[in-house]
Amino acid sequence: MAGRAFQKIYTQLEAITKATISIKAKGIANEELATVAGRLAQVVKIKGDMITLQVFSGTEGIATNAEVVFFGEPPALNVSEDLSGRFFNAYGQPIDNGPEVEGERRYIGGPSVNPFRRKQPSELIPTGIAGIDLNNTLVSGQKIPFFADPDQPYNQVMAMVALRADVDKIILGGMGLSNDDYLFFKQTFENAGKLSKIISFVNTTEQPPVERLLIPDMALTAAEYFAVDKNEKVLVLLTDMTLYADALSIVSNRMDQIPSKDSMPGSLYSDLAKIYEKAVQLPDGGSITIIAVTTLSGGDITHAIPDNTGYITEGQLFLRTDSDTGKVIVDPFRSLSRLKQLVIGIKTREDHNYVMNAAVRLYADAANAKTKLENGFDLSDYDMRCLEFAKAYSTKLLAIDVNINTTEMLDTAWELFQKYYTPTELGIKESIMNKYWKKA
Amino acid sequence: MKTTGKVTGIISNLVTIEVDGPVAQNEICYISLSGTKLIAEVIKVTGKEAFVQVYESTRGLKTGDIAEFEGHMLEVTLGPGILSSNYDGLQNNLETMDGVFLRRGDYTLPLDLEKKWEFEPIAKVGDEVMAADWLGEVKEGWLPHKIMVPFSLKSSYIVKSIAAAGEYNVTEKIATITDENGVDMDITMMQKWPAKVAITSYHDKPRPFKIMETGVRCIDTFNPIAEGGTGFIPGPFGCGKTVLQHAISKQAEADVIIIAACGERANEVVEIFTEFPELIDARTGRKLMERTTIICNTSNMPVAAREASVYTAMTIGEYYRAMGLKVLLLADSTSRWAQALREMSNRMEELPGADAFPMDLPAIISNFYARAGLVNLNNGNTGSVTFIGTVSPAGGNLKEPVTESTKKAARCFYALSQSRADRKRYPAVDPIDSYSKYLEYPEIVEDLKKRVSADWVEKVLKGKTIVLRGKEAYEQINILGDDGVPIEYHRKFWKSELIDFIILQQDAYDKVDSSTPMVRQEFMYSLVIDVCEKDFEFDNFEECATFYKGLINIMRQMNYSEFKGENFNKYLEQLNKEINNGR
Repeated sequence: MAGRAFQKIYTQLEAITKATISIKAKGIANEELATVAGRLAQVVKIKGDMITLQVFSGTEGIATNAEVVFFGEPPALNVSEDLSGRFFNAYGQPIDNGPEVEGERRYIGGPSVNPFRRKQPSELIPTGIAGIDLNNTLVSGQKIPFFADPDQPYNQVMAMVALRADVDKIILGGMGLSNDDYLFFKQTFENAGKLSKIISFVNTTEQPPVERLLIPDMALTAAEYFAVDKNEKVLVLLTDMTLYADALSIVSNRMDQIPSKDSMPGSLYSDLAKIYEKAVQLPDGGSITIIAVTTLSGGDITHAIPDNTGYITEGQLFLRTDSDTGKVIVDPFRSLSRLKQLVIGIKTREDHNYVMNAAVRLYADAANAKTKLENGFDLSDYDMRCLEFAKAYSTKLLAIDVNINTTEMLDTAWELFQKYYTPTELGIKESIMNKYWKKA
Repeated sequence: MKTTGKVTGIISNLVTIEVDGPVAQNEICYISLSGTKLIAEVIKVTGKEAFVQVYESTRGLKTGDIAEFEGHMLEVTLGPGILSSNYDGLQNNLETMDGVFLRRGDYTLPLDLEKKWEFEPIAKVGDEVMAADWLGEVKEGWLPHKIMVPFSLKSSYIVKSIAAAGEYNVTEKIATITDENGVDMDITMMQKWPAKVAITSYHDKPRPFKIMETGVRCIDTFNPIAEGGTGFIPGPFGCGKTVLQHAISKQAEADVIIIAACGERANEVVEIFTEFPELIDARTGRKLMERTTIICNTSNMPVAAREASVYTAMTIGEYYRAMGLKVLLLADSTSRWAQALREMSNRMEELPGADAFPMDLPAIISNFYARAGLVNLNNGNTGSVTFIGTVSPAGGNLKEPVTESTKKAARCFYALSQSRADRKRYPAVDPIDSYSKYLEYPEIVEDLKKRVSADWVEKVLKGKTIVLRGKEAYEQINILGDDGVPIEYHRKFWKSELIDFIILQQDAYDKVDSSTPMVRQEFMYSLVIDVCEKDFEFDNFEECATFYKGLINIMRQMNYSEFKGENFNKYLEQLNKEINNGR
């Protein structure tokens, strides 16, 4: 990164805080990159000739006579086919002992796609997991996070989904990934023999938190190169967005901004939207699909991070352990795929929508019955049947270890309906009932 | 001469400029960034320093960069050609922009300057006219688009000449008018108006006196909105705010629909772009797109323009209202607009109010809602802007500042409930918390009597009581157990379930069920209320549940069938049989 022509060098710092330094300089552009005593930094505030820079790795040990070198450009990534199969840090520098990537230099965090040029997403992404395919079908060009407590196996599920999805490139953006999880991803991708179509940008817990802020933009700049320039189908995995948001709050706090809800910056919604809205179906066939992870604290989705995320993303997949069966399931109540209506019953069998809704409604009845049971009341015959149904539904369909195709899922659901219910209890449109309810 | 200035400071999209002349609050300026012009608006002035919010990314901006002030506020361009256009928050036409990406500083004209319109004069030479009076008319699709005296003109004028019927574009002169001092003024079909100022060139604004059909049963039957009324839909994410708004935009009985997609998902706008040109408006038989204009500032587009987008949309609404049309304005979501205000107020280091929102948020919201309304025009016609906004309360908590401020300003409240959404009871509008103040207006009650039936409002109130009693009964059953309460409780509960399943729930994705005209609503609702008025006898609570579930199943099938079609009548017969079998 060093050694460019016409670099401006300064050596007298005016102020130092935990995350920023200020220096008097002229002709400096907003968002320009620099190094401060060799550490990467970015211009965040200009007041007259006083320039404030955010030092990504922190200011520990920086002296007032540190050398500040301005690059004359914002953060950028070299893009080309050579990115494939490589591992990078938050600055886009290789961490796999490979050579620097040659290619076109692109500034990260570029402009948005004109909404009028977007296409409506219409391609189903099958995962084999019924909690997703049956109840919350994924569509290419969608953006959707897993909401999960830290003890849930979200990274494993995400890796599984990524490997089963039929895409050209998988781009991993790891923020505050533990070294173990980083190695897990690397190994899983390697074992699947798919390393050549995977690109990773990783910031581990061992590295400074503020660096994480660059990860999503790096990953998405690479994604845009393959989706827009090469018309490829790209899947971007971002884990863990909660740690990204935490880094945002650290920075805004050090910039003396007034915090809003849950000590998050007031701009959290816009900051997250800028990332998630990069998900797109392009007119020439390329697409960017984003699957992210937002870890929760005790399942609380009203916290500012999951709350703002939910308003931005096209649904969420809520992982929890079902206490009745001991299995990790995709919770049918709290999960949602907003784009599923574009494919279910169109790319899948016509009864999909009806089966899905009926099953969830009956599962809700089972939840009511369970409450009754817990409160010590007698259960009606219907209640008992609901409880039985819920157990079977949870094991045979909702559990994440199920791997079957959508038609099999629908057939399984009909089997369960017939085993536990009468046709009127289902309340499904008659034409559908006539076709799929097998008369004994 | 234009005022110019030099950039002296930058924090994100807040830029300070040292100016060399007069500047006005809310004046527009363009900052030149190596040849690219970035549009910005003055939001504060101290001494020689103007604070501007830039409507674009400020990446690469330097101190010393030159700004030029335009001498006017942010303006909306008004004229034929707005309908079926797709604009961004600053009224750039998204369709005519080059490339896949929105490039900074890429501005496009709101109207096609070349297109010829078939003009018919209305005013005659010698007529006395004032602002908003109709001079002529062109056909914009199938809508009569009135060419009006510009809203900015203050006094009265005499028409000196008016163009003959024929084809003109929006920049050609179609009339000359003369003021009291004999000064002539040329009029074209295009005029400009500052977005943040209300257009008030009408005679008066009476109370709304008729309802506006939306085809959504839980609104029309239970909590109707008035033409020229205001309503809002708060709800946590995933409760169906956008689906409900889209349903309203497809079916509502309006001449013009303006959708302000404010800080929301781009794919939702794409859905409109994709579907509306295909969908047919049942009332007129025309494509839905022909009556729809989209102002879209999605969540990833520059934050400051989000605020502008709702004002741009309202101004366009007021423009069509002045033509005597029924306009429905939908904004999704007003919370994003409030957040944009918060981001700016924060950067300006203003003292924050609740949840760090600016102190004047309630005033800003109520001013905006006040721009809606039914008006009597100077020529005796009426026009209206009905406004429905969504609110995205943080954490689904309705006690947050945006919801509370909006509650004070809007007359209809459609609360979306998480528990209804969890149980897939869509639309998830809570029948107990929601309200329409218009049901208390004697004018509206009269209108409903004439439009629907003499005892309609009575019936509606009856239904609301049944739902409330049902909820109470349900709570009792949950506390005391199925066996621990008299059968009467179960009956109460199941009557409310009947109303819930047949009237309140509606399948937005079913071709038939998605839109219910008022005649059909009256039929079905009366049917449901009739059943509710009968007190059937049951031996035990299970028999009660089975009986009502049977009725619900049949009536649902009716909802899915064509009104009074063969299937519908078959189910109706079946229903009557079931009812007669009851004791």
